[in-house]
Amino acid sequence: MTTSITPTKAGLPPAPPVEAARRGFTEIVAPYAYIAPFFVLFAVFGLIPLLFTFYVALFDWNPIGEHVFVGLDNFSRLLGDVRFWNAARNTVSIWLLSTVPQLLVALVLAHMLNHVRLRLAVFFRMTMLVPYITSVAATAIVFSQMFDRDYGLLNWLLGLVGFEHIDFTQSVMGSHVLIAVMVAWRWFGYTTLLYLASLQAVPRAIYEAAAVDGAGGARQFLHISLPSLRPVIVFTIVTSTIGGLQIFTEALLVNRGAASTCGPIRQCQTLTLFLFEQGFTQFKFGYAAAIGVALFVMVVALAGLNYFLSTRIRPVKG
Amino acid sequence: MSTKRPRSGDRVRWWAYALLALAAFACLFPLYWMFVVATTDTATAIKLPPEIVPGGNFFHLAGLVFSTVPFVRSIVNSLIVAGAIGVGQAVLCALAGFAFAKMRFRGRDALFLFVVLTMTVPTQLAIVPQYMIISSLGWVDTLQALIVPGLANAFGIFWMRQHIASAISDEILQAARIDGASTWQIFWRVAFPLVRPAAFVLGLLGFVTAWNDFLWPFVVLKSPEMYTVQIAIKALQNSFNIDLGLAMSGSFLATLPLLVLFVFVGRRMVAGIMNGAFKG
Repeated sequence: MTTSITPTKAGLPPAPPVEAARRGFTEIVAPYAYIAPFFVLFAVFGLIPLLFTFYVALFDWNPIGEHVFVGLDNFSRLLGDVRFWNAARNTVSIWLLSTVPQLLVALVLAHMLNHVRLRLAVFFRMTMLVPYITSVAATAIVFSQMFDRDYGLLNWLLGLVGFEHIDFTQSVMGSHVLIAVMVAWRWFGYTTLLYLASLQAVPRAIYEAAAVDGAGGARQFLHISLPSLRPVIVFTIVTSTIGGLQIFTEALLVNRGAASTCGPIRQCQTLTLFLFEQGFTQFKFGYAAAIGVALFVMVVALAGLNYFLSTRIRPVKG
Repeated sequence: MSTKRPRSGDRVRWWAYALLALAAFACLFPLYWMFVVATTDTATAIKLPPEIVPGGNFFHLAGLVFSTVPFVRSIVNSLIVAGAIGVGQAVLCALAGFAFAKMRFRGRDALFLFVVLTMTVPTQLAIVPQYMIISSLGWVDTLQALIVPGLANAFGIFWMRQHIASAISDEILQAARIDGASTWQIFWRVAFPLVRPAAFVLGLLGFVTAWNDFLWPFVVLKSPEMYTVQIAIKALQNSFNIDLGLAMSGSFLATLPLLVLFVFVGRRMVAGIMNGAFKG
């Protein structure tokens, strides 16, 4: 996660200074040796497994038994599998419910935090990072307790003001909202800090000039803050697409006992959880790999689409 | 930090404080609630209206946590894994960042672009072959299965390259070169000490991420003695019928070390994240 995809300094540094004076063999290979660890690790634990996923998906692959080549059978079964479409629906629903409010809240909070006369600024910034250092497992456990149907704090409050208790863990929409809340809780502060960093790079003089011209807070936000945040907004949209479509732990832990189905009617089983269920509880490696390929296609398509949309939609000039 | 000039002369409105206070409350309350439930007995935990102050059951539940799963062992395991990853990332990413920022070699720009692009690859969904590789290495149910894949990452290299490019002048490095230092000595004696604060924050982020990682340890670790603390929490949740507060108590105990760490280094983490971010 984090930081820009495009280098912030334009281009790369012009004249690299560590010019080997005596260009012995060790000095020539040194830079390659320095970057080698990452490339080796990425190859072994990232790229090769990813490519191998496409290969395994063509097999009926039992981890301790036979590997039978079945061509595209896994994929045609997948397309006819209601559990797959259910998981795909859940994944997109949870992703939207967590990402959209999270980014909007972060925008507003970053705008507030950017005020130079704000007191307690360090306190506010630090508390917003607390969810980020809290583990997903602990988050899932405490939130599913707070949202419990019978004894949860939230439903008790709802009951006080006369509403029916909501069954957050067992209902489809309820469980999606609950998981989305966990995800958004974890990331909104981090996103706020990224936005704030971008806002602070905008010269104050621009705001002052706008104020002199009679632009109020809302107009300043729309016409100065928002345009200058565009690159980081695009970045957070793309990264939260990549991350949000791979939600796993929250869905695994939200219903204790249900584990890899996320409840009796698979109401919140995400694609990653479905992949895990098929691969590591049913030991159908081939089928699980096919789910991985489908998820890969989905991530690339949606991240690409979001990148395309967010770089093209421009704020209305006015 | 920005210069202290007022933004268009306006005051901070009360609702800005109200909103920020609400956000701060939302961030802290779940942790407080974790502690509350971790200190009450089951009868209190299912009482309505809920008890919103901590009870006196903390040590009883904490004792149960330690007797239900090998919790001390899991904390040690987590410290080993997260510590190794934090240190590894700080050093290896600084090294690669140094090469990309300050050295000239064939293919450098293309290789750097490749590093940046790998950040967008969702490698988690390749978990089945990843498991096969770990399995063929004989690393299933070992801590190195968690440590080795996390020792270097693209984000860290990108981050360190930015810092080294902006924080270290070419003159210093040339002076060291004239004094006869080898490339390694230039990195280790001159460059690394200058970017140690940035490397420290990077190591912290790596530590926190590794400490909190769930899916990969969940797949790779089999025996309770090898559990990291997150997997131990999951095991506690499975034995939920013993006591409602048990999993909560475990969660609290697993979060506590990071909260303590955060009190000391939180400011630097905030600054680090903001410095590493987009600047316009």
